[in-house]
Amino acid sequence: MSFFGLDCTRNREREVERKIRANDREYNSSFRYATNSIKTSKYNPFTFLPLNLFEQFQRIANAYFLFLLTLQVIPAISSLPWFTTVFPLVLVLTVTAAKDAIDDINRHRSDRQVNNRKVNVLINGKLISEKWMNVQVGDIIKLENNQFVTADLLLLSSSEPLHLIYIETAELDGETNLKVKQALTVTGDMGDNLEALAAFNGEVCCEPPNNRLDRFTGTLTFDTQKYSLDNERVLLRGCTLRNTDWCFGLVLFAGPETKLMQNCGKSTFKRTSIDRLMNVLVLFIFGLLALMCIILAVGNGIWEHQTGSKFNAFLPRKENIAFSAFLTFWSYIIILNTVVPISLYVSMEVIRLGNSYYINWDRNMYDARTDTPAEARTTTLNEELGQIKYIFSDKTGTLTQNIMTFNKCSINGKSYGDVIDHYSGQRVEITEELARVDFSFNRLADPKFLFYDHSLVEAVKLELPDVHAFFRLLALCHTVMAEEKKEGELVYQAQSPDEGALVTAARNFGFVFRSRSPETVTIEEMGIQRSYELLAILDFDNVRKRMSVIVRNPEGKLSLYCKGADTIIYERLHPSCNKLMKVTTEHLNEFAGEGLRTLVLAYKDLDEEYFSEWKQRHHESSVAMDEREEKLDKLYEEIEKDMMLIGATAIEDKLQDGVAQTIEQLAKAEIKIWVLTGDKQETAENIGYSCSLLREEMNDVFIVTSNSPEEVRQELRDARLKMCPDTEQDQFLIPEIILGNTPKVVQDENVNGDYGLVINGHSLAFALESNMELELLRTACMCKTVICCRVTPLQKAQVVELVKKYKKAVTLAIGDGANDVSMIKAAHIGVGISGQEGMQAVLSSDFSFAQFRFLQRLLLVHGRWSYLRMCKFLRYFFYKNFTFTFVHFWYAFFCGFSAQTVYDEGFITLYNLVYTALPVLGMSLFDQDVNDRWSLEIPQLYVPGQLSQYFSKRAFMMCALHSCYSSLVLFFVPYAATYDTARDDGRDGADYQSFALITQTCLTVTVCVQLGLDLSYWTVVNHLYVWGSLGMFFLLTFTMYTDGLFRLRPSSFAFVGTARNCLNQPNVWLTVALTALLCVLPVVAYRFFSSQIYPTINDKVRYKVCKMKEPAPRPRHTRLIRRSTRRSGYAFSHAQGYGDLVTSRRFLRRPALVSTGFTPTGRSPGFKPTGRSAGYSPVGREQNPKQKVEPTSLQMFRAVKDSSY
Amino acid sequence: MASSYNAKEEDGHLSGSAGLGGTAIRTRKPDNTAFKQQRLPAWQPILTAGTVLPAFFVIGLIFIPIGIGLFVTSNNIKEIEIEYTGTDMSSPCFNCSQNFSWNSTTPCKCVLSFTLDQPFESNVFMYYGLSNFYQNHRRYVKSRDDSQLNGDLNSLKDPSKECEPYRVNEKPIAPCGAIANSMFNDTLDLFYIDPNGTKNQIPLVKKGIAWWTDKHVKFRNPAGSNLTAVFIDTAKPVNWRKPVYELDTDSENNGFINEDFIVWMRTAALPTFRKLYRIIQKKNNMTPTLPRGNYTLEVTYNYPVRSFEGRKRMILSTISWMGGKNPFLGIAYITVGSICFFLGVVLLFIHHKYGNRNNSSDIPN
Repeated sequence: MSFFGLDCTRNREREVERKIRANDREYNSSFRYATNSIKTSKYNPFTFLPLNLFEQFQRIANAYFLFLLTLQVIPAISSLPWFTTVFPLVLVLTVTAAKDAIDDINRHRSDRQVNNRKVNVLINGKLISEKWMNVQVGDIIKLENNQFVTADLLLLSSSEPLHLIYIETAELDGETNLKVKQALTVTGDMGDNLEALAAFNGEVCCEPPNNRLDRFTGTLTFDTQKYSLDNERVLLRGCTLRNTDWCFGLVLFAGPETKLMQNCGKSTFKRTSIDRLMNVLVLFIFGLLALMCIILAVGNGIWEHQTGSKFNAFLPRKENIAFSAFLTFWSYIIILNTVVPISLYVSMEVIRLGNSYYINWDRNMYDARTDTPAEARTTTLNEELGQIKYIFSDKTGTLTQNIMTFNKCSINGKSYGDVIDHYSGQRVEITEELARVDFSFNRLADPKFLFYDHSLVEAVKLELPDVHAFFRLLALCHTVMAEEKKEGELVYQAQSPDEGALVTAARNFGFVFRSRSPETVTIEEMGIQRSYELLAILDFDNVRKRMSVIVRNPEGKLSLYCKGADTIIYERLHPSCNKLMKVTTEHLNEFAGEGLRTLVLAYKDLDEEYFSEWKQRHHESSVAMDEREEKLDKLYEEIEKDMMLIGATAIEDKLQDGVAQTIEQLAKAEIKIWVLTGDKQETAENIGYSCSLLREEMNDVFIVTSNSPEEVRQELRDARLKMCPDTEQDQFLIPEIILGNTPKVVQDENVNGDYGLVINGHSLAFALESNMELELLRTACMCKTVICCRVTPLQKAQVVELVKKYKKAVTLAIGDGANDVSMIKAAHIGVGISGQEGMQAVLSSDFSFAQFRFLQRLLLVHGRWSYLRMCKFLRYFFYKNFTFTFVHFWYAFFCGFSAQTVYDEGFITLYNLVYTALPVLGMSLFDQDVNDRWSLEIPQLYVPGQLSQYFSKRAFMMCALHSCYSSLVLFFVPYAATYDTARDDGRDGADYQSFALITQTCLTVTVCVQLGLDLSYWTVVNHLYVWGSLGMFFLLTFTMYTDGLFRLRPSSFAFVGTARNCLNQPNVWLTVALTALLCVLPVVAYRFFSSQIYPTINDKVRYKVCKMKEPAPRPRHTRLIRRSTRRSGYAFSHAQGYGDLVTSRRFLRRPALVSTGFTPTGRSPGFKPTGRSAGYSPVGREQNPKQKVEPTSLQMFRAVKDSSY
Repeated sequence: MASSYNAKEEDGHLSGSAGLGGTAIRTRKPDNTAFKQQRLPAWQPILTAGTVLPAFFVIGLIFIPIGIGLFVTSNNIKEIEIEYTGTDMSSPCFNCSQNFSWNSTTPCKCVLSFTLDQPFESNVFMYYGLSNFYQNHRRYVKSRDDSQLNGDLNSLKDPSKECEPYRVNEKPIAPCGAIANSMFNDTLDLFYIDPNGTKNQIPLVKKGIAWWTDKHVKFRNPAGSNLTAVFIDTAKPVNWRKPVYELDTDSENNGFINEDFIVWMRTAALPTFRKLYRIIQKKNNMTPTLPRGNYTLEVTYNYPVRSFEGRKRMILSTISWMGGKNPFLGIAYITVGSICFFLGVVLLFIHHKYGNRNNSSDIPN
C-alpha cells in the first residue's frame, strides 16, 4: 500500500493542508484526494510481467544468473552454450512468478471484497447504499452498530445521549476495551435529521494524511463559527462501532490515506537461521569460486606462455597471454557457477512449502471442538521450528483456558466436591461419564455449570443454615453485574473470572444473583426474591487481599460478608472458630494440593448503632483531604475483625488439555519456557506450579519484586551467586563474528540444580534498562523456568528482543491475544492460538493451532523433521554440486586451462534440473529418522537441532572436503582407466566424448548411491524418484545421442553414438562401480565408526527402534499427579475491584433489559471473557466469521469510566 | 523413559465428539491418508554392524578376484611401442624431424627396426600415439562444423564461425576448422624381416577403424555422384597437401567418410592419446598374426611435433575382452577390495570393543 501511496503523491505536490467541504463533491474533487478504494495488490495483467521480472532480478541469485547469461553470449568467453543457464533460470522465474501471481490474485480478491462492502452514503438528501470504494472525501455516511468504520471520519452525530459513540479499536492498537468518541454539539444536534445533514456545509481544514493514530488537529468552520477538532471527534478506519445504534460521519481521509493504511505494510520479514548461515556460506562460495577461477586463469597464463605459444601451428591464438588469462577467468566463472546453484533456493522454498503442508494436514494437531486444523501461515520458517531454544508463552488463553470452574468447597468443616464410591469409600475420578448434579429444580440455573457431588445439592435442599449462609455470601459479596435481557436469561459480567465462577455456583445452588442497583442487591434465595440493602463495599486490593460487603437483609438485620485469602481472613476470625479453622485448613491444603485456587469465606453480624457510627467515620474519612487511604484502611481493619468462618471455596483455573505434559516434554528437549503474563504474581506462580513449570523439588524459586533499580540488580545478582557462586567472571560475553559486525553473545552458564525465577512487571521495567539487561539475562538464563508477571505487551516484546540480542538461540513466542502480538512479531517464530476469541495473534503469527499441547508436536515432530530434512538437503545438495563442479577444476590441468568442460552440455543443463532434482526433493519431503511416536517419546532427539549440529559451517566444510575427495576420484579413476587404452574391438577408447560420458555416468551413479546412503526412509516415492532419475539419466542420454536428434541439429547433438559405443564396454561399468564404491566407502566407514565410538542420540534411538522391530512405542496413559503443599489462597485476578463503580451510580447507563439481540457465546458458566475483538481486517484478510463480539456491559462500564476522566 | 502421549493425541480429537460431528457436516479435519499424515510405509535401512561389516567383507571378496582377473588379463595383452619422433640425434627420424616444412613436396622417409620377442596372436591393432598434443583444448575442440561434416551443402559453402581462422581461404575450406587442419598425416608401413632376410610388407587394413556411427551417421559426404565436383568450390585445409576428395581412391573411404579423417576428428580427452591407425588381421589359426622376429617400420614423416615438444609413437597391441593393455583397473580393484576387507576387520574389532557397550547403553532421560 505504500506503493500505492507513493503513486498518488507523486502526481501532485505534497499535501500540506487538507480542505474539505461537506456535501460538496465538486469542490472536494478539485483537490484530487484519494478515493476510498484500496489496493494492496501489486500487479495488473499488463504490468505483471515487467514488474514481476524487475522484482525478481533484484534478488541477488537471479541477478547473478542474468550476469552469467550475459557472459555466456560473449563468444570469446562462452565456455558453455546459453541454454545451460537459461533453462534453470526460466524455470526458477516461472515458478516464482506463478507463486507471486497467485498471491496477487488473492490480494485482488480481498481488495475487491473490502472495496465492495456496502455503506449508507448521504447523497442529495437521501441515504443510498454505496460500495466502500465509491465513498469520497467530504461525503457524509451513516454507520450502524457493529459496522466497520469505512474511512477516517469526523463524527457528526450519534444515536446516544451527549453525542457519544463507542468503538472498539482492537484492529488498530490491539486494545480490546471500548473507547468513547464524542461529536461536537453543533453537529451532534443535527441527529439523524437527513435534511439538516444534507444541508450541512461545514468546511474542515486539517492536517495532511499521516500515520499517527493518537493525534489529529483541524478546524471545522460552520455558520461562520470556527470549532477546533481533535482526536476525540475522529473515527478511524479499522475500528468497529459498538453499542451505538447509528452515527453519522464526514469522510476526512479515504482509502490509502487513512491512518490505518498509512500504518500498514511494515510487516517484518523473518528469515531462518539457516538462511542467515546460507548467506555467509554463499559469500564463502563466491570467494571459493573466485579463488578457483584465479588459480585457473593464472594456470592458463602459464600454459599459454609455455605450451600454447608453441602449439600455434595447430591452434592459432590472437590474444596476448594476459588477455587470454582474463578471458579464461570469466569462462571458468561460467563453468564453475554450479557451486552457487540457482536451483538451491527454489528447492528450499519447495521443501519448506511441502513441510508446511504437512503441518496443515496433521490430524494430530486438529482440534475437533473448534474445528480448527493447525495452519502454517508462513511457509518459509519450517526448519527453524527444529531449533527452538526459548519459548515465550502467554498464560491466559494459552496455558489456561481462561475458564474458572467452581470445583470444591468446604462448608462448616465438611468438604464437598469429591465423588465417593459408596462401596469402596474411595474417591472416584471425575470423568465425562459421571452423573452430574441435576439442577433442574432451579429454573435460573446455568446449564453449563457442572458439578458431580450430589451431597451438596442435597444439603442445600435440606436447608442447612451453614450451606445457605455459604451460598448467600457468594451471591452477595462480589462486584459482578447481571444482565437479564430476557426473563430468566441471566448473563453475568465479572471483572475476574473467579468471581464469575463463584457467583454462578451460588446461582446454580439456588442463590441467584439477579440484579443490583447502587443501593441494593437483589437475589433469589431458593425461589424467593429478596432484596438486600447494600450499605458498603469494602473493595478488594492487592494489600487487603479480601473484599467485604455490608448489607441489610429484608428483615433488617445487618451483616458483613467477607471473602479473601486464607492467611488474611484467618487473622481476623473470632477465636471461637479455632476448631473449624483446623478442619478447614486441612481441606484448604487438600484443595491447594490439587492446584485449586482457594478463598476463605467469613461473615459477621453487625450492631446497628456501631455500624451507623462507623458509617459516619467512614464518610468523614472518605472526604478527608489528607491520608484518606490510610484512614479508610484503618476503618476497614476495624470492622473486618472477629468474623465467623463459614468455609472455603476451591476454584480450578482450567489448564488447557495436556499443558503439563507438553511442558514436561519440552523441558526434556532442553527448551526453556518463559511465561510472560499480564496476570498478578500469585496467579502466575500458581499456574506455574499447576503446569509443572515450577516444581516443589526445585532448589529455589527466586522472586524479584523490588521497586528500585538497585534492589532489582542486587536481587538478580544474589540469585545468580546462589545458583553458581563463581559466576562473576566477565568472560560470559563471547564475540560472534558475522559479516563484519560483532554482536556479543552471552554464553550459557552451567548451574547445578533446578531454579525458577519470578519477576514482576515493575522490576522487569528496571531490569530491561540497558545497564541491567545483561544482569537479567544471565540470571534468567540460568533458571529452568522464568515467569514474568504483570508485563505489558511492550515488555513482552522487549524480553524476547533481549534474548534474541544476546543469545545465539532461536526463540518462539506463543499467545492468543492482541497483547501477545508484539511478542509474536518479535520472536523468530510466532505461534498463535486459534479458535479463541481474537484473531489478532493468529493474524500476526507464523503458525497457528488451537491447543497449546500441539506445540510439542509442532516442535518435536514437524520442527525436528523439517530441520533434519533441510539440513540433509543442504548437505547433500552442496555435496552433489561441488562434486559435479570440482571435476572441471581437475580437468583444467589436463586441457590447457582452456575452460573445456568435462561433461556434455546437455548433461550440464539437466544435471540439476532432471537427474538429481527429484531424489533429493523426495528425501527432503519424506525423510524421517524415526517416526513421530518415537520423536515424542524421546524429546532429547530435539537437542541436536538447538545446537545446529546437522548443518553448520563445520558440516559445510566437511561437505566440501568430501566433494573434493569424490571429485578427485571421479576424475582420476576414469582418467586412469581410459589412459592409453583401447576398447574391446581395438578402437581407441579415450576420446573426449567417451570420457565425458564415462565421467558423467560415474557422477550420476555416485550421487545416487550417496543419496541412497543418506536416505533413511525409503517410501515408494523415494524409490520411484531414485530409480526413476537413474533411469531418466540413461534414457535421456541415449535419446540425446540418437541419430535423429543429431540430424536435426548436428552441432548441438554432436555426441551421437557415444552412448551406444561406450556403455557396451565392460571396463566402463567396472569403472563406474569402482568410482561409486570409492566415493562412498570412507563415508560408510566413518559413519559406522562414529556410531560405534561416539553414538549420537539419533544413532542410539534408531538402533533401539531397529532392534525392537516395533513400529512405535505404545502410547502411555499417565495421569499427572501433583503433590503440592503450596496454597494459593488467591482468587482475585487483575486489578482493583469495581466497588467504586458499583456505588457511584454511574454504571446504570441503560435500563437492565436491552432490546438488541444479545447472544451469549457461553464459554463458561455465565461468564463471558472480556472480548478480544473478532477478526476483522480492514485490508480484507480473512475474517473470523464465527464470532461476532457483542458489547458487554463490562466494556460499557469501562468506557463510561474512561470518558469521565 | 518419557511419559508422553495423551490418549487424545492418537487422532487429534476427543472420542466423544465423533457422534457430534456426524458425517453430514463438513469439517476442516485433515484427511487421514498415509501420505498426509506422513505414515507412508517405508524401508528404513540403518548402518548396523549386522549390515555394514558383512558388506565390507562381501565387497572385498568380490573385488579382489575381479581385480586379479583384470590384472592377469591386462598382463597377457601384448603391446609394443615404438617412438619415432626423432628428437634424438641417433634416431633414424632425426633428419626428417629437423627439416620440416608443411609445404615440402618431397616426402621424408625414415626406417626404424624393432624385434618382437613374442608372437602376437589374433588380430593386432596398430595405433599412432601423440603426446603433449592438446586435442582437448576448448578452442580446438570447438573448431569444427558438424553440419558440414554431415554433408550439409549450406555449411559446405558457408562454414560455421567456430572454424575461424580456418574457415575461409579465398574459398570456404572443407573440412573447416583447426581439428581438420591439423590432421595426422604420417604414413606408417610395417615390414617383417624373414629370418632369411627378405622384407615382407605386412598388409594393413585401413577400413573398420572408425566407429560405425561416425562413419555412417555423423560423417557424410555432400550429395553428389562425383566428389570432385561437389567440392569444386571449396579450398583444402591450409596444412593439407591434398584436397579432401583425394584422401583415398576408394569411394567408400574418401571425402568426409575417410576413416583416417574420422578417427582424427574424434578428439582425444587428454593431451596424451593414441588413435587406431590400421588393423593387422589374423590370417589363419596356424601362424600367429605377427610372428616372433625382426620388423621394420617405415615412416613417411610429415607431421611436425617438435615445435610443441610432442612425441610420436607407433603401437602394436592385441586386445582382450576388456580392451587394450591397462593394468590400472586390476590394481585398483585388488587395492579397493583389500581396503574393504581390512576396514571390515578394523571395524569388526571396534564394534566388538566399543559398539555393544554404547548401543546397549540406555538413552538418558
